[in-house]
Amino acid sequence: MASTELSSLELKDSIAHVFRARNILTAKDALFKTELELVELLDMPFEEVQSALAIISAKVCPPCHSVFDILSERAKKEAAFGHLPTGLGALDEYLWGGIPFGVLTEIVGHAGIGKTQFCLMMSVLATMPEDLGGLDGSVIYFDTEKKFRSGRLLQIAKYRFPEHFLSNRILEQLATRVLLVQPSTVAELMLRLQGLEESIRQHGVRLLVIDSVAALVQSEYGYDRIIQRQEILGKQASILKHLAEVHRMPIIVTNQVRFQGGPGGQATAFSSAGRKEITLTAEEASQEGLDLQLTAALGTKWAHAVNIRLVLESLSGNRYIKIAKSPMSATIAFHYEITAAGIEQIGDETFDASDGGRNMIQWLVPYPLRFVI
Amino acid sequence: MDVVTLALPPSLRSKLLATGFCTTTALVSVAPFQLAREASITLEEALAVLSLVPRTCSDHTGGPVAGSTTAWDLLMKNERGRIETGSVEVDKILGGGILSKELTEICGVPGVGKTQLSMQLAVNVQIPVKFGGVGGHAIYIDTEGSFMMERVLQITEAVIDSLRIKSPGFSAAPLTAEDFLSHMYLLRVHDPLEQLAAVNNLPTLLDQHKEVKLIVFDSITFNFRQDFENMRERTRLLASMAQKLMAVAEIYDVAIVLVNQVTHKVTSEGFRTVPALGESWSHVCTNRLMVYWMDGQRYAHLAKSPSLPVGTAPYVITEEGVRDAHESHKRIKLDDAQVRSSRSLG
Repeated sequence: MASTELSSLELKDSIAHVFRARNILTAKDALFKTELELVELLDMPFEEVQSALAIISAKVCPPCHSVFDILSERAKKEAAFGHLPTGLGALDEYLWGGIPFGVLTEIVGHAGIGKTQFCLMMSVLATMPEDLGGLDGSVIYFDTEKKFRSGRLLQIAKYRFPEHFLSNRILEQLATRVLLVQPSTVAELMLRLQGLEESIRQHGVRLLVIDSVAALVQSEYGYDRIIQRQEILGKQASILKHLAEVHRMPIIVTNQVRFQGGPGGQATAFSSAGRKEITLTAEEASQEGLDLQLTAALGTKWAHAVNIRLVLESLSGNRYIKIAKSPMSATIAFHYEITAAGIEQIGDETFDASDGGRNMIQWLVPYPLRFVI
Repeated sequence: MDVVTLALPPSLRSKLLATGFCTTTALVSVAPFQLAREASITLEEALAVLSLVPRTCSDHTGGPVAGSTTAWDLLMKNERGRIETGSVEVDKILGGGILSKELTEICGVPGVGKTQLSMQLAVNVQIPVKFGGVGGHAIYIDTEGSFMMERVLQITEAVIDSLRIKSPGFSAAPLTAEDFLSHMYLLRVHDPLEQLAAVNNLPTLLDQHKEVKLIVFDSITFNFRQDFENMRERTRLLASMAQKLMAVAEIYDVAIVLVNQVTHKVTSEGFRTVPALGESWSHVCTNRLMVYWMDGQRYAHLAKSPSLPVGTAPYVITEEGVRDAHESHKRIKLDDAQVRSSRSLG
């Protein structure tokens, strides 16, 4: 839309000519100036500028439909009201059918908790035929940490749907539908994301996974370049949201956790020139008087951008999935295990897990962690 | 006043100056055809110039205060309907709810319920006048993709249910979710350009949908937090957008709700959470409602208002939507939600 050429609009010839002569060629050139600036620049009366801007704005302004029309349209076209079921009873229940289409769903947790397992399982599910609860589509899987294992993908498939995957040929069909991309720089990831629309249509992609969104930006952008990092994350979020909506598909991203000190913790890290990496256990950290809590990486701006945030965490040996942010659900948690078939819910109990919106991972992990202070 | 201050094309302005019309007082007593002849401009241009000259300055019958209203008249005119938030406590600090002709900003951390509050308002604005509502339609401008139709449906069902219980005359003219959702218009804005266009296009939209009483921007911030290397350009565009929104609110008698994100500001004591978009933006909104968490409880805090004292009220978000903190907390059940969805969509 930004590149909408003014020549494609129904402006009066005389007016269009003046815009062109002053090098205002696109809708963006025109709308990024105020009326008074245009009066000066184009030497044109105020009313004429206003009416020209009205024509341009009407063209660029997105369509306006009533919620009822959009909903009925969607109900006609999509099964389960546009959700990809996860097979995890509590999650499907509280998210009204599974991972919703058209929004960003983020999985947060520390290393080894099962984020990649979750992504692999969802990849399997998305490729399944519709009568088995899948989306019968391909998956684009961005693996920035080189953790993708095809063997594990097929194992999940075999254990989850033993009646379906009877022959190697069917397994092969599944495996060829998962398109793996392993970008090694932020720039490469951005470039690939920007060019993705065509591939999505071409390959019939119904799920996009980015595992993980934090790895590359965190290694390339340190605290000294935090503003640039926020900028690039914002751009990524807006591209991803656009893809999710235009193609009406779920997008799953994973995110790491990091320690956050008390209120001043970030500031300390921000200002200290000589950063040092320390390895500490939680107990040692608390002995040192450091009030440390684990929280999702990438900061508040990114947290604003994700629509649903699921936190995976462990408490005295048991693993829990928590719906930490969602526009439709209460903050609940449930018990899960990693099994041969992927991630499975244990029992059907759900716990109220509201912690005052801090999205904290409340329970510190029992083994040593490296972190930057 | 100098002629230079008028919003005139430079060529026209220089012709006026060259002919000796340097101040607006000189233009006041001039007839259009006279001006056209003396400055050698067309009659249309002359009329356009004169229409910009503030007439009242020289109008001796009223003096410089001609056209003003007394505070009393203003008070009497202020019988405007208020849009309730769903929580009586929060309504109390807002003086009864969100008011039309005003810009109200809602800002808070992710997940505290800004979108929920906005969706609730977009539903509540449609409560008919006979049930104590405003009875208007709503335009929802979604810039973040966080508008959840299923959730709006659920909030709507809850509002209808409570009206059924509260209002004895309900069964005579029952309301359906379809009525509500057909009168809530959604615009999905993807970038700053579309957002500016949407703001410019509001008068057209409001001419088409005359019943609209509430416009929600959720959020005003998202698109303006990236793609801007030039901060002065951003400030200028935001200011111009705000000015247009204020004009729309006033002319079309609608309430405008602007959702804003928060950001971290480095201060001497470390990081502090502040509303995004900077200092000059803070002056734009008539009212500023901050929503935040404290001890596991959601609070709304009226931080800025021209007419009301600063106040704080706790609230909760339940299956039904935004409610008072003391109301019981029920969880969303999938079965109910799906049954309702299929029922109301026929």
